[in-house]
Amino acid sequence: MFGLDKKDTSLLILVAILTMLAPFILNPFPASSGLAQFNAGYPDLMQRFVIFGIFAIGFNILFGLTGYLSFGHAAFIGVGSYAAMWMFKLVGMNVLPALALSMVMSGLFAVVIGYISLRRSGIYFSILTLAFAMMSYALAYSVLATDMDGPDQQGLLQKGLTGGETGLQLTLQDPRVFGEQATADGNLPVPSLFGLEMRSSTELVMGDWVFTFSTGYYFCAVVMLLAFYLSIRIFRSPFGMMLRAIKSNQQRINYTGLNAKPYMLAAFVISGVYAGLAGGLMAAMDPLAGPERMFWTASGEVVLMTILGGVGTLIGPVLGAGLIKYMENILSKINSDILHTWFAFLPDGLEDFVVGMIYPFIGKGWHLTLGLIFMAVVIFLPGGLVEAGQRISRVFKGRKAPEGAKKSTTEPAE
Amino acid sequence: MDAIILQVLNGLDKGSAYALIALGLTLIFGTLGVVNFAHGALFMIGAFCAVTLSRILTLSHEVIDETRTDFLGNPLKVDVPYVYDIFGQATGDAIIDWAVPLSILFAIPVMILIGVVMERGLIKHFYKRPHADQILVTFGLAIVLQEIVKYYYGANPIPTPAPEAFTGSFDFGALIGMEANNIIYPYWRLVYFGFAAIVIGAVFAFLQFTTFGMVVRAGMADRETVGLLGINIDRRFTIMFGIAAAVAGLAGVMYTPINSPNYHMGMDFLVLSFVVVVVGGMGSLPGAVLAGFLLGILESFASMREVIDIIPGINQIIIYLVAIIILLTRPRGLMGRKGVMED
Repeated sequence: MFGLDKKDTSLLILVAILTMLAPFILNPFPASSGLAQFNAGYPDLMQRFVIFGIFAIGFNILFGLTGYLSFGHAAFIGVGSYAAMWMFKLVGMNVLPALALSMVMSGLFAVVIGYISLRRSGIYFSILTLAFAMMSYALAYSVLATDMDGPDQQGLLQKGLTGGETGLQLTLQDPRVFGEQATADGNLPVPSLFGLEMRSSTELVMGDWVFTFSTGYYFCAVVMLLAFYLSIRIFRSPFGMMLRAIKSNQQRINYTGLNAKPYMLAAFVISGVYAGLAGGLMAAMDPLAGPERMFWTASGEVVLMTILGGVGTLIGPVLGAGLIKYMENILSKINSDILHTWFAFLPDGLEDFVVGMIYPFIGKGWHLTLGLIFMAVVIFLPGGLVEAGQRISRVFKGRKAPEGAKKSTTEPAE
Repeated sequence: MDAIILQVLNGLDKGSAYALIALGLTLIFGTLGVVNFAHGALFMIGAFCAVTLSRILTLSHEVIDETRTDFLGNPLKVDVPYVYDIFGQATGDAIIDWAVPLSILFAIPVMILIGVVMERGLIKHFYKRPHADQILVTFGLAIVLQEIVKYYYGANPIPTPAPEAFTGSFDFGALIGMEANNIIYPYWRLVYFGFAAIVIGAVFAFLQFTTFGMVVRAGMADRETVGLLGINIDRRFTIMFGIAAAVAGLAGVMYTPINSPNYHMGMDFLVLSFVVVVVGGMGSLPGAVLAGFLLGILESFASMREVIDIIPGINQIIIYLVAIIILLTRPRGLMGRKGVMED
């Protein structure tokens, strides 16, 4: 189906089902139970799952296939967000033109950065992309945020192209040529898809469970499925094979008489466009764009996601993105009081001890857990969560599978 | 003229910090061939060594002061640091006042220990893996170290003042016989620069004039041959890692009065010091030092009013701009050896 083989089709369908049913799956605990705080089925978080999923899928096309580690991908997220915001300000609140512009802008940006950065490889490539991203961040933060209108005008560019520290926001004075400047009751309009507001949602109450179906989430989910489908096609295409060949031995490619540069640049631009799309979606879900999205730690985050999930695998980056965003939003909310109620059954001294042992790793310290998991994955499990899953399933299937797997991955002789 | 001297001086302290961190980074790269993204964290830990020592020195116990009373008429309880008990009040005060310079003595063994543990425990296993893996695992380590420090010291910057004698500024212009009051420079920054110069000099002297240093240099040039000669080069490289960590830590210790330490200061410096290493040339020690000072001074020139008026925002991006130009035109860096990490 869709030009995919049986295995990929079933993977795509599985992902489609999971994302479509996510409001149910992520809300397993009834609202009144103590475990309700582990529910991740609220629109804001689900949107983040899929948006960062898109970002990570795109990053994986570059890093997973070609092995070029970019530490500056957040720049494209920022460019995408700003582009989408300008579309909302100038044209109208429909999300499609906004996303289109954010993809085009980030693509152009990626062509420039990629063309220069790809002249070097290895750690130099990482540092070049890092330098470009930090330059974009610094510019968005300072220069591009200065008044470009002149002193006596109170117009669009009063806070510059990027709005600086406060970020780019919608105002009632924006022209919005093809849309309304303000809603009937004088509020800011919200992003929508042909009248379908991104913020609207319906709730389904089933006994103790409340399931929220948000338009924004389903829109993002559909975009992610498209992005995922496209990435499968890229992985299976001759182009994808070429990228893998670059990863395994670039020199040999050159000796064969092939020029690797255009392929690399294409991969870089594709992953930049994915990031721009993710940035545009962020702006569409919450019309605000700030420079902090471009800071290099944001680029580091997508690296973490991709590695955690599994580099070079199809589904890995999405899993990694989900895991990190889940930890960021759920794990970080647990405080010591909640821990104390959980371990209340233990004797007092022991309770305090157990809570004291666990507390540094959760709540505000969730980054520590993340760092430890990340290190463990890099050291012991280079294939990430996907490899972990494969190993576990191998154990259950018996000992036959590993031999077969080993045979199929035999390297060609040098 | 005044303005130029002032900008050069302003660039020196930042440049010293860049140079010290970059020196450690390139030392690690040159000896072990490892790209250490956790080096910024070592700088940060050094800064927190100073915080820790000044906290230890001000540990105190309550003493009832009979001569004074609180507003209810009861004898007043005052906190007396243990240092007073040991050294008497005057010496005790002086010791507390000099906490930051004293931290140097405290930080050296701590940092060497941390460095050696890091190398033996983690980085040793990554020699044969690609640079990308080394970057990733040390990046993870940096996050972990940073979070541990954040857990114990909180997220806010902790002010750690310089000794009384070095607070305030002096008139550098008058000192070199120019018009007074034009070049005002804080004492501590000059101290920092001098300290950096001493540390850099010490590292170079150690490598140049000791047998140990000679072996290390030989190992940097050709590790295998040195190993074949029956010298345990791995152990020496481990010690060099510890020394590199100590250099970063000392840079952090002395930087605390300039900038109150917080848990993410390492990450802030890391990116820039990587840029410095690349500009100077991967694995080249003089290159790292030169590029550190050069970029520090360049940055301070770029933040002059006159320059910003011509090219707005140049002060924010100048370092990256220089790095990009250098990487594209001379990939081995200013003083890099030909053929080392050139592609």
